[in-house]
Parts: sequence; structure tokens; C-alpha cells
Amino acid sequence: MTEPNTIGGLIGGALIGLAAVLLLALTGRIAGISGILGGLITSTVRGESLWRLAFIVGLIGGAGLFGLACGPLPLTLQASGPTLLVAGLLVGAGTRLGSGCTSGHGVCGLARRSPRSLVATMIFMATAALTVFLTRHVF
Amino acid sequence: MAQTAAAFAVGIIFAFGLAVSEMINPARVLGFLDVAGRWDPTLLLVMAGALAVTMPIFPVILRRSKPLLAAQFSLPMKTQVDPPLILGAVIFGVGWGLAGLCPGPALAALASGSPEVIVFVIAMILGQWLALRFAEP
Repeated sequence: MTEPNTIGGLIGGALIGLAAVLLLALTGRIAGISGILGGLITSTVRGESLWRLAFIVGLIGGAGLFGLACGPLPLTLQASGPTLLVAGLLVGAGTRLGSGCTSGHGVCGLARRSPRSLVATMIFMATAALTVFLTRHVF
Repeated sequence: MAQTAAAFAVGIIFAFGLAVSEMINPARVLGFLDVAGRWDPTLLLVMAGALAVTMPIFPVILRRSKPLLAAQFSLPMKTQVDPPLILGAVIFGVGWGLAGLCPGPALAALASGSPEVIVFVIAMILGQWLALRFAEP
């Protein structure tokens, strides 16, 4: 686990980039997962919900397909139930308030040269690293 | 209909990217965030791989008058760095650091059927709803 996955990281990253490029070129949308999910909760326009739902079904189904084709998904959770509950609430609220997550701000926003996305990405990377430092090395 | 099919296909490609890069795995993500431990640079390589594709191609796409399957581009309108952006990024960062899951990998990891992931995703949706309800009246 501690060995870096260099090839997988680069190829996987390129696939994520390709997905973002295709979504923008075909539908004109930003491939930000928190935004796609959030719009599903809030949008009242029917045509708006359908593509969002299709994307999320594809995302879950794609992971399932990968699991079937290449063996069990690599998944080692490092937090307990209550921690995951709190973390989920914070991730949901934070990405909504901050208009995006790793994909929307990190992959798409930086490619749009958005100052908001650059600031957001630096802040959530820094606070996440600080949180890991505190939980792993201090407490 | 074409947009729905495109979104579905793009979701699948996105999931393969998360799985191939192991970003679906919280242990990998936390290994990157743990700068004081045995630092794992994989997430940085994923960002580099993704940005190597999006950085040069996004401007080319956005020079067109409209996307291929829709009437217009739907891009974020805000341009100012404001307090909600900063506060939201801080809150998201703390949650991300606690669990090692962000929205994309969390949704994709639902495919594993893990009860813990299901708890996380339900809490995440609830968090989005709460922020919308109380922070954006």
C-alpha cells in the first residue's frame, strides 16, 4: 500500500481528465461530482435531473464493472462508523458551501484557469493534510 | 436523450479512472494527505495525469460557440473568492482528511456494497441538503 502506484495513477488520472473533457465537449457541463449530485437534490427541472442521475448510475455501475472485470475494488476504510458519519456531513456541507470538490475545483476549475478553484483546491488540500496530521500524529 | 447517454458513458469512464488510479481507496488518499508519515505521491500523479488532459483541451473546447449535444455551455458564474468558498473548502478538507473519501470516490465505492460507504454517502447527501437549507436561503 505504501508503494506509489505510478502507472495506475497517471493512466487513471488521464481517464478522469478524458471524462471531464468529454462531458464539457458533449454537454457543456463541468464534471464536478459534488455539483452533479447536489443538482440532483435541488433541481426541479426534469431534464436537468436525468443526465445527473445517468452520470451517477454510470459512476457506480462503472466501478462495479471494474470490480467484475479486474477483481475486488481496492477499498480499505480507515475510519469507524461515527467518524464516517461526521466526515460525510462535513464533505457534503463543505462542497456545497464551497461550490465544488476535488473533481470540480481540482480537475476542471484549474483547467478553466479559475482563481476560485485554485484557492479552494489549495485550502482543502491543506486542511485535509492538517486533519490527517492531527488525527494520525498528534491525537 | 443524447445528453443522458453521454453522461452515463462519461460516468463509466470516470469510475474506471478512479479505480485504475486507486483513488477509490481511502487508504491511498490518506497516504497522500499524510505528509508527515510515509508519503504516497499517487494522488499527485492522478492530478497531473488529469490536468495533462484538461489543461490544454478545455480552452480549445470553450472557444467553440456551443457544446456538441447541448444549446449552450453551463459554466459556474461566480468569479470572486468569497467567504463561503473559503469556509466551504475548509469544512470539506476536514471531512476529506477524516475519512479519505471525497464525493466521486465515495459514490463509485458504493459499488462495493460496503455499509460504511453507504453511511458516508447518506451523510454526505444530508450535509449538502443542510448547507443548502441553512447557508443558502
